[in-house]
Amino acid sequence: MKLSFSAQDEQFRSEVASWLEDNLTGEFAKLKYRGGPGDEHTYPEERKVWEQKLAEGGWTCVGWPKEHGGKGCSIEQQVIFFEEYARAGAPGRVGHIGEGLAGPTLIAFGTEAQKQKYLPGIVAGTELWCQGYSEPGAGSDLANVKTKARFDETGGKWVLNGQKVWTSLAHESDYCFVIARTDPDSVAHKGLGFFLVKMDQPGVEIRPIEQITGTSEFNEVFFDDAHCDAEDIVGAPGDGWKVAMGLLGFERGVSTLGQQMQFQNELDDIVALARENGAADVPRIRQRIARAHAELKIMRYNAMRMLSGHSVSDGSLQKEALIYKLFWASWHRELGELAMDVMGPECDILEGAPYELSRLQAMFLFVRSDTIYGGTNQIQRNIIAERGLGMPKEPRAVLKQG
Amino acid sequence: MDFAFTQEQEMIRDTAAAFLAEVSSSEAVRAAMATESGYDEALWQRICGEMYWQAIHIPEAHGGLGLGYVELVAMMEQMGRYLLCSPYFSTVCMAANALLVAGNEEQKSKWLGELCAGQLTATLAFNGGSRSWAADSITASFRRDGDEYVLNGSYRYVIDGHTAGLFVVAAREEGSSGEQGISLFLLPADTAGVTSEWLPTMDQARKQAAVTLENARIDSANLLGPSGEGWPALSRVLDLAAIALAAEQVGGCQQLLDMTVEYTGERVQFNRPIASFQAVKHKAADMMLKTEVARSAVYYAACVAQEAPQGGELAAELPEAASVAKSYCSDAYFAVAGESLQLFGGVGFTWEYDVHLYFKRAKASEHLLGDGNTHRERLAVALLDEGRQS
Repeated sequence: MKLSFSAQDEQFRSEVASWLEDNLTGEFAKLKYRGGPGDEHTYPEERKVWEQKLAEGGWTCVGWPKEHGGKGCSIEQQVIFFEEYARAGAPGRVGHIGEGLAGPTLIAFGTEAQKQKYLPGIVAGTELWCQGYSEPGAGSDLANVKTKARFDETGGKWVLNGQKVWTSLAHESDYCFVIARTDPDSVAHKGLGFFLVKMDQPGVEIRPIEQITGTSEFNEVFFDDAHCDAEDIVGAPGDGWKVAMGLLGFERGVSTLGQQMQFQNELDDIVALARENGAADVPRIRQRIARAHAELKIMRYNAMRMLSGHSVSDGSLQKEALIYKLFWASWHRELGELAMDVMGPECDILEGAPYELSRLQAMFLFVRSDTIYGGTNQIQRNIIAERGLGMPKEPRAVLKQG
Repeated sequence: MDFAFTQEQEMIRDTAAAFLAEVSSSEAVRAAMATESGYDEALWQRICGEMYWQAIHIPEAHGGLGLGYVELVAMMEQMGRYLLCSPYFSTVCMAANALLVAGNEEQKSKWLGELCAGQLTATLAFNGGSRSWAADSITASFRRDGDEYVLNGSYRYVIDGHTAGLFVVAAREEGSSGEQGISLFLLPADTAGVTSEWLPTMDQARKQAAVTLENARIDSANLLGPSGEGWPALSRVLDLAAIALAAEQVGGCQQLLDMTVEYTGERVQFNRPIASFQAVKHKAADMMLKTEVARSAVYYAACVAQEAPQGGELAAELPEAASVAKSYCSDAYFAVAGESLQLFGGVGFTWEYDVHLYFKRAKASEHLLGDGNTHRERLAVALLDEGRQS
């Protein structure tokens, strides 16, 4: 076991830090600490420009192989990049879905033509992506997708009909990757296709969802005879589930340390407030702050274990990776409650009308999504028990058809 | 950065696990815990003579193997898993650490040599009976008398104190308080005025004693570290011991989890293995989460402890890493033990099944060297009080 980074990596760290210090200035200064989870609606245009600024500096897609336009950074360097990015308070990335999900999916499963068509725009920060997985009837049961894709022989295109939900950044995005049913008679994981759909077309309608925070990061996306070119399906019709899930097993969580830096910023705010308003003298609050601090430290150690773990050849997650989502999501939700309890009665007083939340208030409300999206805590526990501990699946109670 | 065991460390761990599976079976644990000494002397001699575990992190110059704290923690995890009854924790993780941290060359050479040779067991006595486990828990006193020191006072919670041949004791100058005036001494158990009495314990697999000093006189050569300024060294020893204890707790968590998964997979009710019920699976998932998170905390703390003696970059993190690990692992162990007992159902309540051994160990070790609340309060002081006007 060795915890320190190599001298070469530390050199890389200072390179990242000084680039951010030099460039996160002027028109971009106001973006500091903005645009993260719960705040994604702020400064979208400015953050698009920032994305291109990053690209000019060569700081997009740092983990991608060089042949695809990436920086080819090692795991350690990727960790360092995301840490320094968060440490500098650089804004939430509008390009993260393209960089983290769409691009890697295309690199793994796409055709040469698809790679040439789509990857450069992601690397350049000029083309943004959103994700079309969840539907009103396909939440925890994600395979229960109802959106249909029919190949129109005369037009030579795929035609999509259906509804997606919880699509973040849909308004800002140029493309959406969508799983839709290519075989109308299929059920569950079979008969799905993975499509690359252009957002700017008549058959696509976006409606923002007004959330608990009063803001709208998430959207509903309606496909009403939306078109998709014949060559814009990844893999064969029927392979959609495999493509959609393929990357999850290989995701080693390099961005998690950056996420933790954001958590640290939030905890720092809470500690500063507690010291200021006297909550730091309340024994129960002291315990909860110390617990939050201790567990955030361990979250970092756990991520380091995940990143150092010997690669598992079948792509399945190691135990420390299996528990990670449940751990951080539950921790973050408790942090939100702690923030309000440190504020005391001030927690109810807004920054302004009509519904201007402070950063901690917004956090308290937004963290409720953490234990729901990306696999609820309950689904996570099923996954841990079944894949991590080998416990049997629960027999399914099947609804009667018809 | 590589935060994973090396192949060599994995081998040490696996060898320990295989050996303990053989020698520390449920029957062996139950036989040893029923004795007053609390361990099988023949097995201890095998551990010292064949496995050389007592010497694992002691430098080669003093007769040890010269490995590090990561290896020690890997071993402790396995001992916790198999509930090994032995004076290992008291001798190696408490007394040997005190010698390593505070001893001069002469003291290290003599006493560590004897410990490595398996000729001596030792322990640490400092707490007069307080839940704080901090400097204020030291109530025994010393005074200088010519070339000798005269010690008076009493200690509780002295692990293996009734069988140890050597005590490392902490005492304070008469009239001193807090972290001031504390000295450490090496006190052979046969010194006149030293009595130790076995305290029967709920967790029978680890023995405790009360030690009383009545005008115990020792030569000034037995002073361990600087006189009156012993607290920083003792504090470091306690941090190191807490990390080792936390590793033992992780091992206990893992064993409970494995036992519970196996049992619930076999136990059939309503014509199904109860492991197929989500109500059961979700508890098991939470147990695994706590176990893995605890493990991450301990492995990190072990890396910090490894660097601590060399004063490396991480050395300054020792108190925090120890409190993070001890607080999380203590709470995790008891929570996992409680859930395990619940999932075993009625048989978990019996003496016959092993769950109660771990359940009792979990509660006892939670309070040994400071419980979760105590260690969190220590973190809170650093976070919330330093530099703040109250």
